[in-house]
Amino acid sequence: MRAIQEQNAFIMEARELNRLIETLAEKGYETIGPTVQQGAILYGHVGSAGDLPAGWSDQQGPGTYRVSENGDSSFFGYVVGPNSGKSFLHPSRETLMQASRKGDLLEFVDDPAPPERYALIGLRPCDVKAIEIQDRVLLEGLYVDRKYKERRDLLFIVTVNCAKPGGTCFCTSMGSGPAADSGYDLALTELNDDRGHRFLVEVGSDSGSELVAALTTKQATAADIDSAGRQADDAAEAISKSIDTTGLREQLYDSLDSPYWEKIGARCLACTNCTMVCPTCFCTNVQDVSDLAGNSAERIQIWDSCFNAEFSGLHGGSVRQSIHSRYRQWMTHKLASWEDQFDTLGCVGCGRCITWCPVGIDITEEANTIRKRAGQLAGTVEDAP
Amino acid sequence: MHGGRWQTSTVLPRVDKTEHSQAVMTPAPYRIIRRRRETPDTWSLRVEPYDRTVPVRFRPGQFSMLYVFGVGEVPISISGDPARNDYLDFTVRSVGMTTAAICNLRNGKTVGVRGPFGSTWPIEESKGEDIVVIAGGLGLAPVRPILFYTLADRSDYGSMSLLYGARNPEDFLYPKALEGWRGRFDMDVHVTVDHADRNWRSNVGVVTRLIPMANFDPEHTSVFVCGPEIMMRFTVDDLLGIGVSEEKIFISLERNMRCGVGLCGHCQMGPEFICKDGPVFPLSRVKRWFGKREV
Repeated sequence: MRAIQEQNAFIMEARELNRLIETLAEKGYETIGPTVQQGAILYGHVGSAGDLPAGWSDQQGPGTYRVSENGDSSFFGYVVGPNSGKSFLHPSRETLMQASRKGDLLEFVDDPAPPERYALIGLRPCDVKAIEIQDRVLLEGLYVDRKYKERRDLLFIVTVNCAKPGGTCFCTSMGSGPAADSGYDLALTELNDDRGHRFLVEVGSDSGSELVAALTTKQATAADIDSAGRQADDAAEAISKSIDTTGLREQLYDSLDSPYWEKIGARCLACTNCTMVCPTCFCTNVQDVSDLAGNSAERIQIWDSCFNAEFSGLHGGSVRQSIHSRYRQWMTHKLASWEDQFDTLGCVGCGRCITWCPVGIDITEEANTIRKRAGQLAGTVEDAP
Repeated sequence: MHGGRWQTSTVLPRVDKTEHSQAVMTPAPYRIIRRRRETPDTWSLRVEPYDRTVPVRFRPGQFSMLYVFGVGEVPISISGDPARNDYLDFTVRSVGMTTAAICNLRNGKTVGVRGPFGSTWPIEESKGEDIVVIAGGLGLAPVRPILFYTLADRSDYGSMSLLYGARNPEDFLYPKALEGWRGRFDMDVHVTVDHADRNWRSNVGVVTRLIPMANFDPEHTSVFVCGPEIMMRFTVDDLLGIGVSEEKIFISLERNMRCGVGLCGHCQMGPEFICKDGPVFPLSRVKRWFGKREV
């Protein structure tokens, strides 16, 4: 069971959640949380606890996502929707710089828009881990993504530990859930049992501590902590998908020439859905736009995907012509080369790529199949006289 | 286990991160002060910063991102003399919308410049060695700074060879410089073309055929190779075949780039970001990926 420190854990009544959101708004945060929109649970603006998806749950499987009302009073009875913290910290569209022209002279300025000050409320532990991974990519390399850094510095995270995993979850394989260990200001566990509807609140930072001080809470009892711990254990137990990551990197590298990639490629539509919903995928393209008079121009950064043919385009054509080579690039990046580049895998096991794949390609199944085939191959060589 | 990999290489010197923590995506304006047509579709441009008090610095092998107002931005290798700190030289082939726009810019017009970015040819580390530079087509541009640099301190190096191949004699870049190098007694220059008319008095065939003509000691040689990937693959095979070590064969790779600083994800080849880990790599580091189809 997870170790929760008693002195760091508080109990907050469910109705106090509204106060938590309002207090963050009063402190100047733009409060973002789960909302029911367009038939899905999407992170968006929440003004009060009334905007949260109380009584809603989701059903997920390969290529399947549905939401439904279950009549429960829990605020966080769903798993994850298609968007994540990435939509706010590393948005799909971002102005990089502005250029203006006077005769032959050009002037370039950084985009002057001030950074948003987000409070992300209800982020799942896998999505908190995804932010840690994007930090490594966008902040901790040789160069820094300026706008990501500005938003990240101002960010407040209220994570909500998972009680019930979805059909495509595999966070336990990636060490990112179902409960958060770090990376948050506050971590909530929603307890809704015969002892009432309440939240166990764990504090992860000084600003988290400050916020708790402004709310009505009481010290958590051993029984509360026990309930929260058991809930996390049950959630972990209920997860059905897994990837064995031991030695996975080398096995994937050794399998680059495997004919199995072509089998996956034959199913993959290269629609880019998996990369759009992935909370760690960071690739971007740029667009240049200018006004009609040709006196001012902007460079806009937009999300891109390694599944697009032009992604690897050179003047002689694209490096990755075939769809299977693009799938291979995506999966080996997530589960192998990411580790070389950033000392962590690029996957948090949120299951979105499985859920939102229109043909239901399952990264856990495919990775395990490639492992198995690599193992069989190695076995054959070893067994040879 | 792999966390220190960006810092480990002595071959690829790094720039202090603090230099680059801000606004790497915003170009600086440079004015075109000279343009020269190299081949029917290739131009060399010389640019200087608006602010001429700022010294311009780059190391051989590095590239810059060149931006044309409202059109786009492309990575272009710096092809000039690294000792000059008042201007930058680029050689650009018109193959797409942005490169065509760059080639059409007249003297006095402005390009946006970001960089220089990327790793460098390890010429400091190669002092005392024989030097072989092998280029194909436009690949002479990224290796030309090596020649400026080594010839300025010629006595620091052993034998020096330039092996250069192009499609036709008209496709040779820098013909005047080539003649100059060829006229030196302390340097071996061999050229070849794929096709030629009857006036051509030199080699015809692929650039690898020039390797046996060069005079160097394979065990004490650094080889710098730049050209189309297929040309580099065959060249590398021949070099390994005569005993040059994979640690001393350096290649410059090309991939699609949008940012030049390791953030856009486009230029990946296996675990390498060609823009910030490369473009120059020792063969030993990338051999697992180099030459693999569609990687």
